[in-house]
Amino acid sequence: MSEIGEFEHPDEIICPGGPLLIRGNHAVIDSDGIIHHTSRPVSAICRCGKSANLPWCDTTHKALPERLRP
Amino acid sequence: MLVPKARGELSEALFGALRERPSAWTAVFDADRRDREDVQIALWALYELHYRGFEDVDEDLEWHPDASRLRHELEADFELLLRSRQRRTPALEEPFDEALFALVADHDGPSVASFVQREASREQVLELLRYRSIYHLKESDPVAWVVPRLSPGPKAALMELQYDEYGCGDPNRLHAHLFARGMEASGLRTEYGAYIDDVPVEVLEQNNAMSLFGLNRRLRGAALGHLAAFEATSSMPSRRIAAGLTRLGLATEMVAYYEEHIEADAVHEQLAVRTICGSILAEEPALRDDVVFGVETCLDLEDRFASWLIEGWSHE
Ligand code: FES
Repeated sequence: MSEIGEFEHPDEIICPGGPLLIRGNHAVIDSDGIIHHTSRPVSAICRCGKSANLPWCDTTHKALPERLRP
Repeated sequence: MLVPKARGELSEALFGALRERPSAWTAVFDADRRDREDVQIALWALYELHYRGFEDVDEDLEWHPDASRLRHELEADFELLLRSRQRRTPALEEPFDEALFALVADHDGPSVASFVQREASREQVLELLRYRSIYHLKESDPVAWVVPRLSPGPKAALMELQYDEYGCGDPNRLHAHLFARGMEASGLRTEYGAYIDDVPVEVLEQNNAMSLFGLNRRLRGAALGHLAAFEATSSMPSRRIAAGLTRLGLATEMVAYYEEHIEADAVHEQLAVRTICGSILAEEPALRDDVVFGVETCLDLEDRFASWLIEGWSHE
């Protein structure tokens, strides 16, 4: 067995109560059918629906009561 | 940048020694060290030798034994001071990442961002930008020192965030550069360190704490904890500041800097807490207290700055 193991490095990370992180370049279509391109190595997609900057997370989820968080 | 103005006996002696290179640093080591502001500007200048340096100081003084010795002594006192200010925080429960977010969320301090959003005048905002420029013009540099001190997991995680901070290879997107453009468009000076003589001791302490954590491998946990708290208190406040700047009709370039941080730091806070602190603590659970020390220091120093600033403004 090699001692140099492999790291877990998922393309997507679900943040409990918060956004979905996605690594790499993606095109995200919002509910109006508009395409948004990612512009950074990792992007945070809003899962609570309350961001003022949809489809991206702007941390509004932190201001929501627990039961409304994704 | 030239050596800053001295603020007391120690910095007077130190800055003289840096410029004139006496054979012995007796006057520096004999100087009184009781004045907090004097000590902090001296320490800031000693750290600066490792960043961009001063035009009026020889570059080879960076590793001068007396400079290193003094820095080491001042750092030891500063670290004690920072530790003495910590609240007694209960040990963080599992899962660590949620506990860390909760620790930051439960912290309730005075908010510069809310003040800027609602009431600050144009002059007050420009004053704030001058203070913030000491850090923002070297944004992310202090924690960059930590990179070679980490093992592959946390190192890659930190670089994933740093790469974005440094513009993903495009200097036009580098955060410090975005800030400089905002400063220029606001009619402020953009040279690195231009406003160092104007900043209060609270700002010096904020900057020195980041250098202390970044430049001492022993404190790598605190450096990453500080980063996590910094990122986790940035996105929402950036939105408030952007709104305040827009209310006051400040330059769009400066608004753009803060708008970039709304989106960027919504990502970065997740990375800093989950992938960066998460991976180092998975490997080195013993660093947990240091991570918390970094978190608490970041929050505490911002509180001190905010209290000082808002208090001063409310008397204007
Ligand atoms: S998940 Fe963060 S704002 Fe919606």
